[in-house]
Amino acid sequence: MSVLSVRDLGIEYQTTGGGVPAVRGVDLEVDRGEVLGLAGESGCGKSTIAGAILRLLPVKTRITGRIELDGNDILELTPGKLRAVRWTAGSIVFQGAMHAMNPVQRIGEQIMEPILVHGQSGEREARIRAGTLLEQVGLPTRRLDDYPHELSGGQKQRIMIAMALACSPSLIVADEPTTALDVMVQAQVLQLLRTLQHDLGLALLFITHDLSVLVEVADRLAIMYAGKIVEQGGAEAVFHSPAHPYTKALAAAFPAIGDMRFRGRPSGLGGDPPDPQQIPSGCPFHPRCAEVTPACSSVTPELWTAGPARLAACVHVSGAPALEGVSR
Amino acid sequence: MSDPQPEPDVAELGVPVVEVERLEVNFKGRVGFFAGLLGRKGSDAKAVDGVSITLHEGEVLALAGESGCGKTTTARAIMGLLIPDAGTIRYRGEPLARSRRGLRGYRRQVQMVFQDPTAALNPRQTIYEIVAEGLRIHGVPGGPDAKTEDELVARALSRAGLRPPERFYLLYPHELSGGQRQRVVIAGALVVDPSVIVADEPVSNLDASVRGEILALLMKLREEFRISILIVTHDLGLAWTVADRVAVMYLGRVVEVGPAEEVLQRPKHPYTKALLNVVPEAGGTERPILQGEPPDPTRIPKGCRFHPRCPVVASGRAERIGILNRCVGEDLALEELAPGHDVACYLTGLGEEP
Amino acid sequence: MQTLDPTPSEPPVLVGEPANLVPPKSPRRIGWARRRRALSAFWKTYRRSRMGMVGLVMMILFILLAVVGPFFVPAKDVSVAFATGKPFQPPTVHWLLGTDNFGRSVLSLIVVGSRISLIVGFAATVVTMVLGAGIGIASGFYGGKTDTLLNALTNWFLVIPWIALAIVMASILGPTLLNIILIIGITSWAGTARLVRAQALTVKERPYVERARALGGGDLHTIAHHILPNVMPVIFANTVLTVALSILAETTLSLLGLGDPNSISWGGIINEAFQAGALSAGYWWWIIPPGVMIVLVVLAFTMCGYALDEIINPRLRAR
Repeated sequence: MSVLSVRDLGIEYQTTGGGVPAVRGVDLEVDRGEVLGLAGESGCGKSTIAGAILRLLPVKTRITGRIELDGNDILELTPGKLRAVRWTAGSIVFQGAMHAMNPVQRIGEQIMEPILVHGQSGEREARIRAGTLLEQVGLPTRRLDDYPHELSGGQKQRIMIAMALACSPSLIVADEPTTALDVMVQAQVLQLLRTLQHDLGLALLFITHDLSVLVEVADRLAIMYAGKIVEQGGAEAVFHSPAHPYTKALAAAFPAIGDMRFRGRPSGLGGDPPDPQQIPSGCPFHPRCAEVTPACSSVTPELWTAGPARLAACVHVSGAPALEGVSR
Repeated sequence: MSDPQPEPDVAELGVPVVEVERLEVNFKGRVGFFAGLLGRKGSDAKAVDGVSITLHEGEVLALAGESGCGKTTTARAIMGLLIPDAGTIRYRGEPLARSRRGLRGYRRQVQMVFQDPTAALNPRQTIYEIVAEGLRIHGVPGGPDAKTEDELVARALSRAGLRPPERFYLLYPHELSGGQRQRVVIAGALVVDPSVIVADEPVSNLDASVRGEILALLMKLREEFRISILIVTHDLGLAWTVADRVAVMYLGRVVEVGPAEEVLQRPKHPYTKALLNVVPEAGGTERPILQGEPPDPTRIPKGCRFHPRCPVVASGRAERIGILNRCVGEDLALEELAPGHDVACYLTGLGEEP
Repeated sequence: MQTLDPTPSEPPVLVGEPANLVPPKSPRRIGWARRRRALSAFWKTYRRSRMGMVGLVMMILFILLAVVGPFFVPAKDVSVAFATGKPFQPPTVHWLLGTDNFGRSVLSLIVVGSRISLIVGFAATVVTMVLGAGIGIASGFYGGKTDTLLNALTNWFLVIPWIALAIVMASILGPTLLNIILIIGITSWAGTARLVRAQALTVKERPYVERARALGGGDLHTIAHHILPNVMPVIFANTVLTVALSILAETTLSLLGLGDPNSISWGGIINEAFQAGALSAGYWWWIIPPGVMIVLVVLAFTMCGYALDEIINPRLRAR
């Protein structure tokens, strides 16, 4: 059974300059014990989805569709019920670990806070639980009495993970959890997340712009562009034989050391992500696409079958309806 | 690093443009006023401790390592943005002048590209003003074949891939995307016709998708204008795509330097190998990841600086092959392993692989 | 690098929105156009502030009064020797605000006095701003010993009671208009300096300042092109508030008899009234109107200042 199920999610921010559609019809599914990687450029709407799952978006934001987390219809919950669901059904690990902590409160108190707020146990048990959590994320229990400034960046991110685990949620949303970290520490934190996810059988929604990180962590990948999912499938398959030209460009940005094809030839994607208020007609990616056809500016691709357990929104994939002038 | 010898593969390198020799930079430790009264002293950080590297004409040299290894400090010293405590920096054989005029002339030749393009651009200046700034400082246009300022700005912008340039003149940095902002920074460097660009993590603040474009631009500048490029990076994958040579730094020292193919495919230093292990790779075969925090330059271990984290020491192999005493006790320098490939590790003396 | 032709070998980079600007002939001229546009956007925001608009209208009226008003007052109206009224005349239809001890029209005095009050206010503000911005920037930008020294000086001026210092200076320098201006400026720059220093300290750490250095720019270049433009908004909002404070300071000094005896200002009028015993004799028309004018002008500038501060500083915070 899926822990998180998102159906036809649409999110529109309300600004003084009018509505800004950030997410335009997204379906997602994360099963127990599964890691779904959600990748895309900044501004593609991936972090907005993270916010919507725990309803952390500005109040005025228009959200349509359906989000089901652990059997709760998130978008229909009353505020009281929502608070109960936050952190117990799903929790979140942010990018800026340094800013998400209270500098004048000890680590232990901060980990205990959600446990106490949700009344899951008393002070004493909460402290024991906090100690266990610290050990789970690879830090000694005595660190409970430290203040955030006494920790390094990597240690803070470990604490953030411990806080996310505090109420034993079914789903953890990790929004760029390693982006601000040093290489070696990033690898350590990724390793930790993977181990924890595996040992605790968690569902993990891992959001990042760095596709290479996802390949190491995720079971399945969903690639987002301009508020829509453009490709979905098994992580290895998507990374190694991408079906959508956008995924191809993203994957090509990560060289394999020793692969002479990358030597001296950095490749990337020209142009910029589209303005959410002026999304190109047809396939939103067509102005930047290397394999663009005349049909691309008029046909809006849907997620068509692109192989076994693979979907891609591109006119070139095998499951796409036959179009004039499009070769596969 | 050794001077270029007339060996075949070393001879391919151009003439040395920037030579750094035994560079040392210390940061004074600071203590609070009252702690100072109590006689407490801050611990000095040896950010760079005897680094020698050479950047040749038309070459891309990657300076790699974790944060705190001194790579950015080295770059800043090369830019003349901080005064080294010891060592020399030579530009085309001439030691770097410390006088204001000398530095100014040098800075026309050596330009910098910053990690965070958003922060490196004054939010109150238009793109035109930002790019023209270098010209105005150096009093170009001037001379017989002078072009007007706005021709030079237009040329720099289009060389940096911002075309048509006029469209960008009056925009402010916040109106551009991250990749475009980095192109503006590059245009601002190009406008004075430099022969060297020092790029400090030029793409690490950019979206993964646009990184390639910026790197391709740097490669093109090297190709077309024979600009030498020093890229400071933590990402060895990036080094593989763009660098001719790679120098790996650890705690203020270069521990391995050589042609990129050699260093990245057949690393000879255990630290280089550890860095390579964390380059994400599909199908992630479980590779050992170095544990512990990035090293602290205020507490430099004796002997080989890497020994407290070295897997060869930790696994007991160093002891078995009888180098442990030297690893923990004897400081060591770079030694030439093959022409142009230097390593600072006791393993190589024994012909052992890390 | 000279041999290169600038023709593009790759497709042009896409811009999100093709700014609706005509390709400019002279970039600097259009740069000014761009600034004008920014100014008009600023005006649009400012117009929405009711407090700011009321303050602005009042301010403009006062400035008009000070510039134009005195031309309509015949010199003999405010002359001690040729005044036509009887002394201490209460307000009547002819003498709208009554007369003073020399039989001069208080209304005429107020109109003429507005000019001096505003001149002192503005001129002292200029002195304050130049001193405050200069010392603040030098202190924040250079740091080290310069900062220690200048910061100590700033703090010294902040803590000593300005009125005591002003009295001492006025009695040494003598009460001329120029001296009054200098005294007010010298006693009130410290607050501005502290504000500017704080802003300069943060701006100096921005990477674009380092970029300017890497480009080869010297200290003066960096200050003129990077520090000052980013400190300017702070100074600007502060300036308007300082005008109000300077007018108040001038009033205070005049009240204490330290004003320029040869020129008429609102503070001076009140001072003369006091000395003539107007308070005990009940000549209210001689004291209250100039007092009200001072309150109103200070209010006008303060309202503008707060409105500006509200617009400018959230922007600074947002960045």
